[in-house]
Amino acid sequence: MRESISLVEETRRERVGRSFPFMSMEERRRILEEWHPDYKPGTKRPLMIGPSRGMIVPHEVADILEAHPLIDPDEIDVTDLEYDVDVLVIGAGGAGLSAALTAQESGIDREGILMVQKLRLGDSNSKMSQGGIQAAVGPDDSPALHFLDIMGGGLFANKPELVEILAKEGPDVIRWHESLGVIYDKNPDGTMKLISGGGTCRNRMHTCKDYTGLEIIRVLLDEFLNREIPYLEFTCAVELLTDDKGEVVGAVLWDMDSDEYRVVRAKSTILATGGFGRLHIQGFETTNHYGATGDGIVLAYHVGAVLRDLDATQYHPTGAAYPEQLVGQLCTEALRGRGAQPVNRLGELFVHPLETRDAESAAIIRECYGRDLGVTTPTGMRGVWLDTPLIDILHGPGTIEREFHAMYRMFGRFNIDIRKEPILVFPTLHYMNGGVEINPMAETSIPGLFAAGEVCGGVHGKNRLMGNSQLDLYVFGRRAGRYAAERARKVQAGRPTLNHVERYERWLEEAGIKTSRKAPLLLPEYRGKKTLEHIIKLL
Amino acid sequence: MNGDEMVTVYIMGKKHRVPANLTIMKAMEYAGYQLRRGAGCRGGFCGACSTIYRMRGSFRLQVALACQKMVEDGMIITQLPFIPSEKKRYRLEKLKPDAGVFLEYFPEIARCLSCNTCTKACPQDLMVMDYVQAALRGDIKTAAELSFDCLSCGLCAVRCPAEIVPYHIGQLARRLYSRYIVGPSEQVQNRVMEIEKGRYDEEIQRLKSLDINMLREIYSRRE
Repeated sequence: MRESISLVEETRRERVGRSFPFMSMEERRRILEEWHPDYKPGTKRPLMIGPSRGMIVPHEVADILEAHPLIDPDEIDVTDLEYDVDVLVIGAGGAGLSAALTAQESGIDREGILMVQKLRLGDSNSKMSQGGIQAAVGPDDSPALHFLDIMGGGLFANKPELVEILAKEGPDVIRWHESLGVIYDKNPDGTMKLISGGGTCRNRMHTCKDYTGLEIIRVLLDEFLNREIPYLEFTCAVELLTDDKGEVVGAVLWDMDSDEYRVVRAKSTILATGGFGRLHIQGFETTNHYGATGDGIVLAYHVGAVLRDLDATQYHPTGAAYPEQLVGQLCTEALRGRGAQPVNRLGELFVHPLETRDAESAAIIRECYGRDLGVTTPTGMRGVWLDTPLIDILHGPGTIEREFHAMYRMFGRFNIDIRKEPILVFPTLHYMNGGVEINPMAETSIPGLFAAGEVCGGVHGKNRLMGNSQLDLYVFGRRAGRYAAERARKVQAGRPTLNHVERYERWLEEAGIKTSRKAPLLLPEYRGKKTLEHIIKLL
Repeated sequence: MNGDEMVTVYIMGKKHRVPANLTIMKAMEYAGYQLRRGAGCRGGFCGACSTIYRMRGSFRLQVALACQKMVEDGMIITQLPFIPSEKKRYRLEKLKPDAGVFLEYFPEIARCLSCNTCTKACPQDLMVMDYVQAALRGDIKTAAELSFDCLSCGLCAVRCPAEIVPYHIGQLARRLYSRYIVGPSEQVQNRVMEIEKGRYDEEIQRLKSLDINMLREIYSRRE
C-alpha cells in the first residue's frame, strides 16, 4: 500500500486541475451492465406473491417478503387498545420527525399524535448523512434543471409528478430549516454556499460542514421535544392493523424492553422506517444505521401495498476499504465535489469524479476486478485511492479541517491524516432506491397508510443522486404529515383486525412457499458463531 | 496487528476473550450480546453507544463511544442505555439571543467550576467547557461554533460535577445563532417566492409532457 501511495503522490501535481471526460449515455449503459452489482446474474428473483408479484428483487429482499409475519394473530388481542390516536408516525428519522411536526402544525392536537421509534429518537440514516441536501436556489439554477437531473439520474424510471414536487419544494425546505435554527454553510456575502454533487449540472448542494444530517436532525428533534408530542422509544411496529375494508387503522407495537405488545389504533398511519442497508445485499458492507432492516416494506406488503423499483440498489462509490474497522463506512461524496479524485494503484485517473453514483461505483469495481488496477489491503479487500490531499491544494490549506470535520476525525482516529494521505475506497451498500409506491400526497396504494423517506419508491427511479434523499425526507415527510392530518379530520377509524396477516399466510401457502423465515427482521444478527450455536430460550 | 490476536475484556464484569481488532461494540456482539439499546449508526455520527470503562488495575473511569473505541486487554466495560438528563422546553421564536436566555433555562450554568471534566469526557474532542463558558457570557456565535460537532451522546453531562447539561446548552446556542444572528437567507426566500408565483411551472410542465426519448436528449445536452 505504501508503494502505491508514493505513485499517487508522484502523479498528484500533474493531476491538479485536470479531469477525466464524462461517460456518454452509451458508455454509462455499458459499464452498468458489465460491472454494476445490480446487473450481476444470479443475485435476484421474481416475487412470487402479493400485488407486486413478478417484480425482480434481490434475494435478500425476496427473503423478507416471502416470509411468515412475525406475530400470530391468535396471540394478540387487537381490541385491547392502548392508544387511540389521529396520526401514528412509525420511525423518528428525518421523514418521521417532519411528519409529526407538520401533522401538529396542520391542526392535530399533540395528544392526537404518537411517534414510535425502534431505537433512540432521531437515530437514523438521516442523521448520518454527511454530504448535503439539494435545493435549486442558485442564480444559474432552477427547479426545472433540478427536475431534469433527478430524472436522468434515476434512469427516467421516476414518477415525474413526484420529481416535480421534490424539485419545486426544495427551496422551501431550506427556508423551513433556517426558521427552526439549522446552521447552513454560507459565503462571506451571506449567500448560500453551494457545492456540486455527482450527476448534477449545477452547484446545488447545501451543507452543514460534513455533519449535514446530524445538524438537521438534532434541530428537528429539539423542536419535536419542545412541542411535547408523545413518543415511545425502543418500541417498533411489528405489524399494521386493517379494518374490514382493508384500510390501515394503526399498528401492533413491540416494546423492546419489556417484550410486550401494545395496540395503537390510528386514523392515519405514516411509515417512515427507512431502508434496508443492514440486509447486506450481495454481502456488501453498508453505510447504514443499525436499524435499517427494511421493516417498512415488509409491513406495507403485508397489507397489500404496491412496491416498486426494488430491483435497483444504490452502492455508494466511496465506502472506506481501509482500515478494517472502518470498512463500509461512508466517505462523503462532497470530498469529490471539492476536488478529491479517484485514482488507481498506479496513480492514474480512470473516471470523472462526479459521474452518477451507479456509474462511478461500476467504474471503481471494474478498476479493481476487471483491470486489476486496485490496491489490496492486508485483509484481502480491494479498493482504489481517493486522493483527498487535492482538496487543500485546490482550495487552500485548512479547507479539509474546516469543511470535513467528520471525515478528518474518522480517519484521524486510526492515524490516517486525510490532508496528507489518500484514503482507500470501494463501493458500499448505501440506499434503497425503490420501496413503497406513493403519490404526491404521500399516500400508498392502501387508504390510511402514508409513507415518506427512504421506505418509499418512485421519487428517485433506479438511482438516487446525492443530497436528494435528504431533501426527499423533508419534502415528503411534511406532505405525509399534512395529508395524514387532513385524512384524520375526515374519517372515523374502523375496527382493527389482523385479517391481512391471515391473508398473507394464504398467499404464501398458495404460492407453495415453505420457509421458517419470519419478517420484519427488526435487528440484524451480528452475534458470534459460538453464541448462536448455543442459544436456548428458557424464560 | 493481525486478525488472530485475542484480548481479555470484562463486559459488565464478565470475562470474555475477543479478537483484538474489534471495536467495543463489535466485541460485545462477538461475545454474544444482541444490542437493543446502545447501538445506533455504528459510525460515530449518532452518540447512541456511550460507554464507561476502566482498565484493570486503574481507578480511573474513562468514557468512549463503543463504535469508535477499540478494545484493549484488561478493559472493564459497561454501556449507558439512557442518559436521564433534563431537556428544557422552549419556543425558539419567543427567545432573545443573549446571555439571559441561558441563565433562565439553564441556571445551573452559573455553577460551572471550570474543571474541564466535560472537555475531557467528550469523544469528539470538543472544547465543551469553552462553549459552556461562551454561552454564559452570551457569546452565542462561539458557543455555536465550538459545539457544532456535538453528537448529544450525553457523556459530558454524566461527568459534570456541577450537573450542567452542556449538550442541551450547545443545541440552544446553535439554534439561536442560526435564527437570530445569521438570519434567514434572502436568496432562498426569493426563490421560494418565485416558485410560489409559478415562475417555473411552464418549463417543468413542458419537460413532463415530453416522451422519454426527447427528455433523454435534452438531459444529455444540458450544460
